[in-house]
Amino acid sequence: MARWRAVLRTPVGVCASLGLLVLLVFAVIGPMVWSASASRTDVASMLQGPSGSHWAGTDNLGRDILARVLVATRLSVELALLATLLAVVIGILLGTAGFVLGRRAARIVAAVVNIVVAFPGLLLALFFAVIFGVGAQGAVLAIGLAGAPAFARLAQTLVASVEQRDFVAAARIAGVGRVRVLLRHVLPNIAEALIVNAAIGAGGALLAFASLSFLGLGVQAPAYDWGKLLGDGLTGIYEQPIAALAPGIAVIVAGLAFNLFGETLAKGVGLTTTLGRVPLGRTKRARATEPVSEEDDAVLDVADLVVTLPGHGGPIRPVRGVGFRIGRGEAVGVVGESGSGKSLTALAVSRLIEEPARVEASRLRFLGTDLRAGAARTHRRLLGTSLAMVFQDPMTSLNPTRRVGSQLAEVARQHGGLSRGAALALAIDRLRAVRVPAAQRRARQYPHEFSGGMRQRAMIGMGLMGTPALIVADEPTTALDVTVQRQVLDLLRSIRRENSVALLLISHDVAVVSQVCDRVLVMYAGRIVEDLPAAELAEGARHPYTRALVAAVPDMHTDLDRPLAAIPGRAPDPTRFPTGCAFAPRCALATDRCRTEEPLLETDDAGRRVACWHAELVGARA
Amino acid sequence: MSELLFDDVSVRYGSGRRALTAVEGVRLVVPDGEVVGLVGESGSGKSTLAKAAVGLAPVSAGRILLGGQPMPMRGARRPVQLVFQDPYSSLDPRMTIGASIGEAVPRRDRRAEVARLLDLVELDAELAGSFPGQLSGGQRQRVALARALAARPDVVIADEITSALDVSIQGTVLNLLRKLQRELGMSMLFISHNLAVVRYVATSIAVMYLGRIVEHGPTEAVLADPQHPYTRDLLAALPDMGQSGAGATDAEPADPHHPPPGCHYHPRCPVGPLVRADRDRCRTETPSIDHRHHAACHFAALASEPTMQRSSL
Repeated sequence: MARWRAVLRTPVGVCASLGLLVLLVFAVIGPMVWSASASRTDVASMLQGPSGSHWAGTDNLGRDILARVLVATRLSVELALLATLLAVVIGILLGTAGFVLGRRAARIVAAVVNIVVAFPGLLLALFFAVIFGVGAQGAVLAIGLAGAPAFARLAQTLVASVEQRDFVAAARIAGVGRVRVLLRHVLPNIAEALIVNAAIGAGGALLAFASLSFLGLGVQAPAYDWGKLLGDGLTGIYEQPIAALAPGIAVIVAGLAFNLFGETLAKGVGLTTTLGRVPLGRTKRARATEPVSEEDDAVLDVADLVVTLPGHGGPIRPVRGVGFRIGRGEAVGVVGESGSGKSLTALAVSRLIEEPARVEASRLRFLGTDLRAGAARTHRRLLGTSLAMVFQDPMTSLNPTRRVGSQLAEVARQHGGLSRGAALALAIDRLRAVRVPAAQRRARQYPHEFSGGMRQRAMIGMGLMGTPALIVADEPTTALDVTVQRQVLDLLRSIRRENSVALLLISHDVAVVSQVCDRVLVMYAGRIVEDLPAAELAEGARHPYTRALVAAVPDMHTDLDRPLAAIPGRAPDPTRFPTGCAFAPRCALATDRCRTEEPLLETDDAGRRVACWHAELVGARA
Repeated sequence: MSELLFDDVSVRYGSGRRALTAVEGVRLVVPDGEVVGLVGESGSGKSTLAKAAVGLAPVSAGRILLGGQPMPMRGARRPVQLVFQDPYSSLDPRMTIGASIGEAVPRRDRRAEVARLLDLVELDAELAGSFPGQLSGGQRQRVALARALAARPDVVIADEITSALDVSIQGTVLNLLRKLQRELGMSMLFISHNLAVVRYVATSIAVMYLGRIVEHGPTEAVLADPQHPYTRDLLAALPDMGQSGAGATDAEPADPHHPPPGCHYHPRCPVGPLVRADRDRCRTETPSIDHRHHAACHFAALASEPTMQRSSL
């Protein structure tokens, strides 16, 4: 509801609703109020220009043109809507026929629709108008049939996308028939897009109808619609332009109203971009000449990192005040459930979060450079050569249309200024370094010719084209099989060792992180709740959440006679973080204090950090 | 309840040069009331096998029998039900969960039956009126389970049902699954890439590689004494807390469109022709399964051999 209200308040929404309202009002009351003056012939005042009594002048029988235009609203809109309805119904029948009738029929229907779609709509309409004969009825059929192929094509595409979803398969397995699946599962899930397009299509139908009537193929005297009035007025366009302009303007206004209404619907049901923006806060622009801290050996130094995203009910803060530093060659892991903010943290420190989301921090230094101030250009260069990013899905992070070798080479040419040949040679060398077999040959292949693990290697290789000081890897092995995961983790480990590169490894898998990293940050509800050496993860964690997370991972020694450990409840929704400790609702140790007062992230002598009122208690139970 | 038998089942997609044999002559029994775990990497054909059992994939050769009878693929009652991997796409977002579950329930007493099923999967019966978007991932997967049970199936196939869930709630879903399986005595094919999870749920394990079952035996025996080198590699690759295992081979997984001849695993095999020049038969001859755990490896211990400590391949 809030979303619709917001949509209606946009300029487009206001125009659309006003225009549609005016159109409907005239369509309803037009014939009632003005039909008398529209049909009253007055031979004394034929073909007059605009005057006080006839605002838009009179026609060749002395009838008031404005009145006729207003009266014609109902018929014009009615016929347009009728034609649209016909187009949508035939379109849906054609578009879903394939789903009901099976694969072979689907292919034939699709082929026919594809051929028909290739013809211009108006040409088809003219063709059908000739077949069905002159008159309003013939024109409705003609425009309806001419519009149907486009809807059929749309319906086919939409059905195809829903058809692939598991819930359709699940319904089929449950023994639900094809027609029922279509009515209960497929149509409701494509209805929104169809309605939006029907609304926009109505504008087109209105225009098409006006064209047919204008050409004399549509509405016939004594009935009249806008197209007919336009045609009548055109004969005297030089003496009395208003007679043609008035119905013309009506067509434009009505067409616009339908189109804008369609756009508004699209926004309302979420087919187009999200609404809202993050209000600019009181962010102090950091000065570039911030005193250099004594801890300058840090590769990455972050404090009070906050990420804000626009949401329907106001801005959302999935990351709320995260701070950490990564030393040279250090491997730091970030673990947490989905929605804990771990991936956003990684994107934020790599400067990969763009408008409308916002990133703020009281400190964000990479290799001693303040990333919050200074020219974006120099930052891009610094990050481009010194920071490597590895994403979860290497298929989407490599350009599918370019050879792997030249994609890698591009990095060196962009940032290192190498020649094409030298860059390619370096790329092959780097592919070899990430143990891609037959690197020379594989550099000439496209990403789709690589397996998942090889693509991930190529991605890491791309990061090595510069001289990275930090590799940020966001779930780099989640999409891979265990045997391949092992290979990629080994690779990351050996690169770290050989080149003393620091690593920020984001993963939901505690076991993976504990294998590769020196230190682990545990995130929950947008905050770091514990920061501890990876070796202590299994036994020495002091936050109940860390303990629970570790206990929940089954391994080859899990007791088969006892239920598996799990964390009760669900992770909090970023739109509504609870007050006090965010983990309290799921925590067995929670007391009243936990529910009201948020624990601070306290650092102990050994540099470990934990945010829990009962950390002592949890730690002592080790 | 009855036994599900895959009798030399093959599934082929496409034809000619672009043909893909996703499942190749698989023989697998899911005994009455037991849980068979099916493991293997992506592209090994485990999900295709599951789809074939419920009629979503074409069986190009062989038969799938339920209690000795061919599977009924028409009509309202479907004795084999599948629980999908991703509860975010397996529930219709426009349908209340009550309606989703009720779809598989015979017309009488639909409301009471839905309430009973929700109770069975430990969900509040009042949730019947809510939409999937209002539920957490774990709750959705319970709903998907309830929908599968609504058809009163003889066999439930669970295809990676926890891999889309956070590890923190994975346990609750697996506990529930194990409890239901024991209480209802249903047969189950449990597909997962996670050996630790399969070990917890399944009484026997089948390992699949490039469309073929390469090893199959009781869970404990297979894990303690794996016969096929692929099973051993899988076990070695498991990430264990705090330990970093020895280096793995860098070989690339084979392309399912062009499976290697002979033993499919030979280009990656640590005991095959890559390492030992005299083992050329792996390249040409498809191994028989007359070995311990039906291992499809020329050099696995024979089924007749007494169990010793790890066989020396």
